[in-house]
Amino acid sequence: MSVMTILLILLVLASLWTATTFLLLRAAIGLALTSVMLAIIMYDLGAGLAAVIELSVCAGLISVVFVSVISLTQRKPFSDYFERRASRLRRFWPLPVILFVVGIGLSLVSAPVTPAAAPATPQPDVRTFLWSTRQLDLFGQILILLSGVFGVLVLFKRNEKGGE
Amino acid sequence: MPVPIWLYITFFVLIVIDGLYCVLATYNLLRILIGLEILIKAVSFFIIACGAAAGRLALAQSIVITVIVIEVVVVVIGAGAILGFFRRYDSMSVRNTREMKG
Repeated sequence: MSVMTILLILLVLASLWTATTFLLLRAAIGLALTSVMLAIIMYDLGAGLAAVIELSVCAGLISVVFVSVISLTQRKPFSDYFERRASRLRRFWPLPVILFVVGIGLSLVSAPVTPAAAPATPQPDVRTFLWSTRQLDLFGQILILLSGVFGVLVLFKRNEKGGE
Repeated sequence: MPVPIWLYITFFVLIVIDGLYCVLATYNLLRILIGLEILIKAVSFFIIACGAAAGRLALAQSIVITVIVIEVVVVVIGAGAILGFFRRYDSMSVRNTREMKG
């Protein structure tokens, strides 16, 4: 079993824990763990820049956003903790079974998939791709970022009438 | 030893099933957002894996960086919307969305 296979299994286990765990804070931590595993896999595949951005943004910034929202919305402890936990277990127990069956099935099938032929000419660096080959979609991305900023300003603003 | 691309496809499918189940089997809006995040991570992984297998890693990286930027905006807007929803209904259950206007 190669290192990549172990990393991929850990990635699936982290995402499985994120999906099945009962407490939201643990789910947020599991999501950060999934991002860390994904960053390691990206680095192992040679995508260093994407790995660094995945690690800093997805494992860092997004986790902070999730923890902030959880802390703002969880006001009181559950009175029916065990009932909720049992209900969640009933809903989510098929997921590991489904993943195991599908994983075994796909590994047994193993259809011959050949990737596209590698380009004959040497490919430019990722920075060249990011800043030189893209033109119009860069403006689109800037607009999306601006809409995110304005969305945050609108959604997180305080109510003028004395509300939160 | 090169990793066969079928291994990438297998694990991509597993993570997609995980994210879809997380979205469909819950009533909590924040958990739905977390499931969406898992789905986006599956797509990011698959883009990088295919880029590495096809020898076009730089192009794949630039696409994934764009995906990450959009992912952050989606999460922040979604979190803000969930927060506003919680302040209005004191709950994060999807069932309460039926009472929304529009």
